Amino acid sequence: MRVLQSIVGLLLLAQASMVGAVLSIEIIGAGEHQIPVAIVPFGGDDKLAQSINEVVTGDLQRSGLFRLVDPTGKSPHEPAEVSYPDWQVRGAEALAIGTVAAQPNGRIEARFRLMDVVKQTELAGQAVSASEDQIRAIGHRIADLIYEKLTGDKGVFSTRIAYVNRQGKSFRLIVADSDGHNEQTVLAHNEPIMSPAWSPDGSHLAYVSFETGHAVVYVQSLYTNQRMVLADFRGSNSAPAWSPDGKQLAVVLTRDGSSQLYLIRPDGSGLRRVTFSGTIDTEPNFSPDGQYLLFTSDRGGSAQIYRMPVDGDLAERMTFGEGTNFSPRYSPDGKSFVFAHLNNGGFYVAVQDFQAGQRSLLTEGGWEKKPSFAPNGKLILFASEARGRGILATVSSDGRVKQHMFTQSGDAREPTWGPYP
Amino acid sequence: MKKLIISIVLVNLLAACASEKPKEVAPAPAPKAEAPKAALAPAAKAEVDPLNDPASILAKRSVYYPFDVAVVQDADKPVVQAHAKYLSEHANRKVRLEGNCDERGSNEYNLGLGQRRADGVNKMLVLGGAKADQLESVSYGEEKPRASGHDEASWSQNRRTDLNYAK
Repeated sequence: MRVLQSIVGLLLLAQASMVGAVLSIEIIGAGEHQIPVAIVPFGGDDKLAQSINEVVTGDLQRSGLFRLVDPTGKSPHEPAEVSYPDWQVRGAEALAIGTVAAQPNGRIEARFRLMDVVKQTELAGQAVSASEDQIRAIGHRIADLIYEKLTGDKGVFSTRIAYVNRQGKSFRLIVADSDGHNEQTVLAHNEPIMSPAWSPDGSHLAYVSFETGHAVVYVQSLYTNQRMVLADFRGSNSAPAWSPDGKQLAVVLTRDGSSQLYLIRPDGSGLRRVTFSGTIDTEPNFSPDGQYLLFTSDRGGSAQIYRMPVDGDLAERMTFGEGTNFSPRYSPDGKSFVFAHLNNGGFYVAVQDFQAGQRSLLTEGGWEKKPSFAPNGKLILFASEARGRGILATVSSDGRVKQHMFTQSGDAREPTWGPYP
Repeated sequence: MKKLIISIVLVNLLAACASEKPKEVAPAPAPKAEAPKAALAPAAKAEVDPLNDPASILAKRSVYYPFDVAVVQDADKPVVQAHAKYLSEHANRKVRLEGNCDERGSNEYNLGLGQRRADGVNKMLVLGGAKADQLESVSYGEEKPRASGHDEASWSQNRRTDLNYAK
């Protein structure tokens, strides 16, 4: 099975590297039950159809949950043109068809249908349109619809990620599509940038920049690029995290001594200290219901994960056993958290269930840091290393499917997955 | 191996020292006109800023730590004490204390640890006679490693607080 998986991986790698000019993607492993689906290149404008097809098939492959059935020789574009036995013979359970054309107003419109090959019915149908330079967004939307209809979970292909690219001494804060394409530079200079954090509505990024000579927290609009200083006290200002309602952030300041947690409103007002440990308390993360904070602290003698009510009360230690633990993030359903586990010289991506307290390692260990959940809770994005470079990587929440994303140059660091659009 | 590392560190320090030397001549407390003379004929001058003397303990501008430790080690205490004495005698000099860490830990945890390292040196300097307004402590966490390998040889160079004098 392992051998088969790696062959599949290699084949996918070959395919991915042919498609990807901006970055290359390697996929390792496969889901337990892959759904066989055929994606027929859309009718209408061939060039547009091909662009969309690349995005849709790329997205579905990367999820590890689908097996793409070769549509060669058959090209239905409307339900009436579908001959179900053709697809049953090929083993497909679902079939995506459609057309794409440029509208008189210049926008691109794709009309898409998903057919159930077994029941011979239509599962979904939708028209998706976007401006010409957003053709990839059309593909991501269609992939999301296919994913949602066939797995029952919401797709995350239309979401975005933020990360820091380091090349020599230059640092760039980047926002990109979830597949790494469509990179946009939010900030660039020659001092470190750390800890980007998405506002819940995806409109702003909070982050840490050292451009003035020490760590300062900024909040920047992704629409206007305007930014403001959120926290610039003496020492270090860092680790911003938004509350789910977007009305406050947790930050870490050293202005009163060691790193402690504070709450602050997005306009910089209402600063309030919430931990008083005198040790290092950092990396706060709000629970989805906004009631708790997970954070890293060395109050017990080594770095471990703790949980406390947001208003400040006794913190409860969550991680025990060998090794140290960092960078906790709640799962979107609030039932578990993902974190970086350091043991025997290696960093692992780990998840722990709140109820059972059971920790499981999702990766084999290396330099795997800063994990964050996709908004559907099915994938985890983290920073890893391969061939001597910092890269972005994802692992499915069951640990079965991994992918490595190589950016064009430099080291990718500090990734974080954005919210649904 | 250890010897090699030490000598590399030493070379780095000397290099850093050498490159800083000309910049530091200008703001020295001595009258301005003397600065070029000092540079031209250093042997003739008795009054040399000890900060610029490569043989002085003040030439050491970094202190090093074991893993996840922020307390200045016994071996480095004389270095910090010498800088404290110098600062107490040169009230116009300012120094930035920059805490750094190896990569074992999250970036944010290391930012806190680096700050704790810098603050520890800061406290020791104040105890030794430096004034608080001469000092600024900041942290770079693991963001500015001196060496980039995933091994103790690199890590030991990255766990440090640098004393950077303002020009």
